Amino acid sequence: MIPAVILVISSVVFLQFFVFYCRSIIAATSNQPLPQDVQDVTGIVDSPSPEDFPRVVQLLNLCPDRPEERGQLRAVSSYYKLLGLVRSTMALAIPSLKSWADHERSQCTYFAAVALGRRIAFSRDLLAQQMLP
Amino acid sequence: MPGPLQYAIWLLCTLLEAGVLVCAYRRQALQRYFILNLYMASEVLASVVRFEILQHYGLLSPSYAYFYYYSDALLTILLFFALSSLYSQVFGEMHAERYVQFGALFLLSGTAIFSFAVVQQSSGKLISHFVVELSQNLYFVGLVLTYILWGAILKLRETRARLIQIVLSLGIYFSLLAANYALRNLYPSLGYVFQSLNPLIGCFLPFAWAYAFLRTPEEARLAPSRLAVSPR
Repeated sequence: MIPAVILVISSVVFLQFFVFYCRSIIAATSNQPLPQDVQDVTGIVDSPSPEDFPRVVQLLNLCPDRPEERGQLRAVSSYYKLLGLVRSTMALAIPSLKSWADHERSQCTYFAAVALGRRIAFSRDLLAQQMLP
Repeated sequence: MPGPLQYAIWLLCTLLEAGVLVCAYRRQALQRYFILNLYMASEVLASVVRFEILQHYGLLSPSYAYFYYYSDALLTILLFFALSSLYSQVFGEMHAERYVQFGALFLLSGTAIFSFAVVQQSSGKLISHFVVELSQNLYFVGLVLTYILWGAILKLRETRARLIQIVLSLGIYFSLLAANYALRNLYPSLGYVFQSLNPLIGCFLPFAWAYAFLRTPEEARLAPSRLAVSPR
């Protein structure tokens, strides 16, 4: 009985901490402006569409990987999937959840776009280093 | 003996723990988060000694089992004090450090007495089972304490982004470990599966702390109210 109670409590608490943690990662980038080249490549100017996330991640995967960002991107990708699940299940019963999930998903897309900007800059630096005599 | 994958996860975890110390040193956060860094240094040391014992005596030897579980219990107690140091930081302006230290010692003693009482009723190998039981119970107490600390952060409008990330990652770590131990107790026949998840879960905490030290400056601020979930 006690292990079952611990399992339920820890699962609920885990979900809460996971959502807060992902939101703290996303919030750290929400004030950063999108570089012009990212806007050109992704077509995102002001507010990204919630559905753009997979496309931006595909673009991210085309750039050389930055190991320090890998874990955060994975966490945000999981959060995006979780939001998709909420949108297609719980939001059917509670309609206000749908607009909230869409807003969160567009924040995930913005996070990925900022990461794309960093990767493009990183690739440029790599190229510049290789061009040096 | 562990397989190549287990060795790889072990090595990764140890490197990440050492990485936390390097990141903290580079960002001049060694002193501010002293007990957290002491915990990570102890984890690295314990990993090295465990590896030495494993090589000399083997995985199934009593020496390895004793060292593994005793060091795990000591490290959990140290993590418990690391958590209380985070409480001290959050309640620092209220000069409540002494109360926090007293509360941490009280809870630690209470958990130890509870674990001893549980083990005394059901086990012949009192001390070794006590150590395992204590670790498991401390994970759950740690989870509850982290949740209370998070509540205090929201209530007191704590804005230090690095501190917030450290606390949230600790919450994820404790909840994963507590859930994993609960699953092991619920399904003892699948114990080896859940046990093999422990090192993977163990990689998360050093990774998240290293990220917090490296990428989140001490002066970065974040309104915790923005993190609270509120459907529009």
